[in-house]
Formats: sequence, structure tokens, C-alpha cells
Amino acid sequence: MNCNKETIELMHNYLDGDLTSQEECDLRTHLEDCEDCQHYFHELKRAITLIKSAEQFAAPEDFTQKVIQNLPNEKKRVKFMRWFKVHPVLTAAAIFFVLMMTGMLSSWNTDSELVVSKQEELVVEGDTVIVPEGVTVPGDVLVKNGNLMIKGTIDGNVTLVNGKLIDDRPIDSQGLMASAGEVTGELETVDRMFEWMWYQLKDFFKGVFSF
Amino acid sequence: MDQFIREKIKQVKKGDQSAFGEVVTFYQDKIYQHCLRMLGNAHEAEDLAQEAFIRAYVNIHSFDDRRKFSTWLYRIATNLTIDRIRKRKPDYYLDAEIKGTDGLDMYSQLANGAKLPGEEVESLELERYIHHEISQLPPKYRSIIMLRYLEEFSLQEISEILDIPLGTVKTRIHRGREALRKRLRHV
Ligand SMILES: [Zn+2]
Repeated sequence: MNCNKETIELMHNYLDGDLTSQEECDLRTHLEDCEDCQHYFHELKRAITLIKSAEQFAAPEDFTQKVIQNLPNEKKRVKFMRWFKVHPVLTAAAIFFVLMMTGMLSSWNTDSELVVSKQEELVVEGDTVIVPEGVTVPGDVLVKNGNLMIKGTIDGNVTLVNGKLIDDRPIDSQGLMASAGEVTGELETVDRMFEWMWYQLKDFFKGVFSF
Repeated sequence: MDQFIREKIKQVKKGDQSAFGEVVTFYQDKIYQHCLRMLGNAHEAEDLAQEAFIRAYVNIHSFDDRRKFSTWLYRIATNLTIDRIRKRKPDYYLDAEIKGTDGLDMYSQLANGAKLPGEEVESLELERYIHHEISQLPPKYRSIIMLRYLEEFSLQEISEILDIPLGTVKTRIHRGREALRKRLRHV
């Protein structure tokens, strides 16, 4: 190579798109007259073309899977949100169920107080709720954490939670049976947590479907 | 495509791993290949490419959304490969070449000009030969040649990926091209 380093430097700068138009003109003029430089320039450009044809390699098939397996744990919230997007109905049901469960559990655990439905006709004595004789209580009756004694009539369903139905009939007097309390609807006694949940769920769904 | 990656990165920043899975799938071949060309060993390449993606995920919050994700990702991968090469013991080189990838002898012969590949050389063989020739470059030239001509980054981007001044990138790419010109002039 007889030509100076400067020309080769120009070639490289040309390949990097770094030549001013004057320099490019100089290079072109020189190349027209100098076969050695033409050859050299050709080799450089050809090397670049060849490099680009280098063998291609693909990552192993399970590559992405392996990366994901080795990531630190995902935030639960995100996982949940994505699951939600994929299964909106199931998720809604699951959220509902969780809320119900926690709500019911807390209501089961925290309230040990006597809870009675609002009817005026009901008489409360200690932890016993009494439907007095000759009295008709309109609507459904709920008694929670207490006992119920029915002497009169309940015109509706009765739900007894965590309590007992007290039978006031004298054992020896069969005749009084006819005058014993009456419930026109269903009588349901719930004294276990599981049943209590089931009761609430049923109740909820009745409410939902009556809309 | 940039828009696709941008969206995915947003999700990844919220901690979404499945979005990251899509990012990995999109870049896995490029990054794996980059590591393979840097290291010359498929097992190590997979190992480091895996590591590169995991680091990208763990450090995703330090990625500036206004910049190009691929530049950032290549920077992680390149740094890992350069560290690995530095840690190699000298005898590892020998070891790797003895076990080496098939046909190395042929390449050496070709490289010495003892047997020039003629027209009959299959295109795959030529591709392999080129790959081998690139792998014979010193790492500091090799990385730049690869990033420029195989991954098609601009010199400015390469300067960012390697965290070296643009002037140094230019000097090295000139030398890399010179080395390859000599190696490939007989092909
Ligand atoms: Zn000349």
C-alpha cells in the first residue's frame, strides 16, 4: 500500500457516515486514480457484507419459560389482577364468596348479643324471646343468640340462630297441644357456623334473584 | 414494534411477569445470539442470556422509558459477557478450543489460507466460517462489530451500550474492520 494512512482513514470515516462532502469528493477523486485504494476499499466493504451473513442462532426452545421460572416472586396483586382479566366471572364470584365468608365469620364471632327481629309483639325476657299467647306476630322472625318460646302465632318464617326453641307445653297435659304456638311458615334452627353461612348465602341469593 | 415493547415495559414495571415473558420471547434470539458470539460457548451463552433477562426484570425501574429498551438490554447482556470473559482463566481458552465447536480445524486451516473455500462451499459453511472469524476478533472489537453490523445499532447507541466515548467506538470499529478485512479478503 503506497497510499498514506489518511486515505484509509477517509474510507473508514466514509463507512461510518462521517465524511464532509469535501472529504467525500477527495476520496472519490483519489479512488478513481488509484487501483490499490480501490481494491482496499472494495475489501473493506466486502468484509462488512460478509459479516452480515454470519450464521444465525436461535435461543433454546424453553428459554422464556426458564427465565420466568427464575424471576423473583411476582406481586400477588398483579397476579390476581391478571387472573381477574382472564376469568372475570369466576373472580367476581370468588371475591363475593370471600367477602361473604369474612363478613359472616365476623358476624358469627363478634355478636353474642341477643338479636331479635323488630316486631313489637315479641316480648323479651332475659335471653328468651316470647310470642305471647293469643298474639299473632306478622312477618318473619329472627332470633339470634337467644331462645324462642312460641305461645301465640308467627305469620311467617322463623329462624333461630344459636339458640333453642323452648317448648312450653306441660308434659302431662296433652290437651294443651292444640293451643301451643303456631308458625305458618318454615321453622329453621341454625346452631352451627357452617349452617349459619349457608343460611346467609341462601338468603343473599334469594335477595339477588328476587330483583 | 417499539410501541408494543413500550406497552409491555409499562406492565412489567407494575410487576406483571407474563408481560415480561412476551418481552423475553421477543428478544431471546438476539440476546442469546449476542452472548453466544461473545462467548463462543452455547451453554455459557444460555446461562448469561438468562441472567441478563433476570437482571433486566429486577432492575426494570431503573430503565428510563424515554430511551430505547434494546439499548439498555444489550448493555446488561454485554456487560455480563465482558465480565465473564475477564474472569476466564487463560487455560479455559485452550480448554474451550479443544472441546470446541465442530470443524474448528477446518476453520483454522481456512484462516491460515491453506485451503481457500471455492465456489462449492455451501452457504451454511460460509455462514459458519464468518461466525468463526468474528469470534476470533479480540472481544473489544468483536462486541462493536457485532453491535454495528449484526444488531444494527448506531455508533452513538453502541457508545451508550458499552459506556465508552464515541471516539473510542470509532477507533475500535476501524480496527475491527481492518482485522476482518485481512481475515476475509480470501473468501
Ligand atoms: Zn491510493
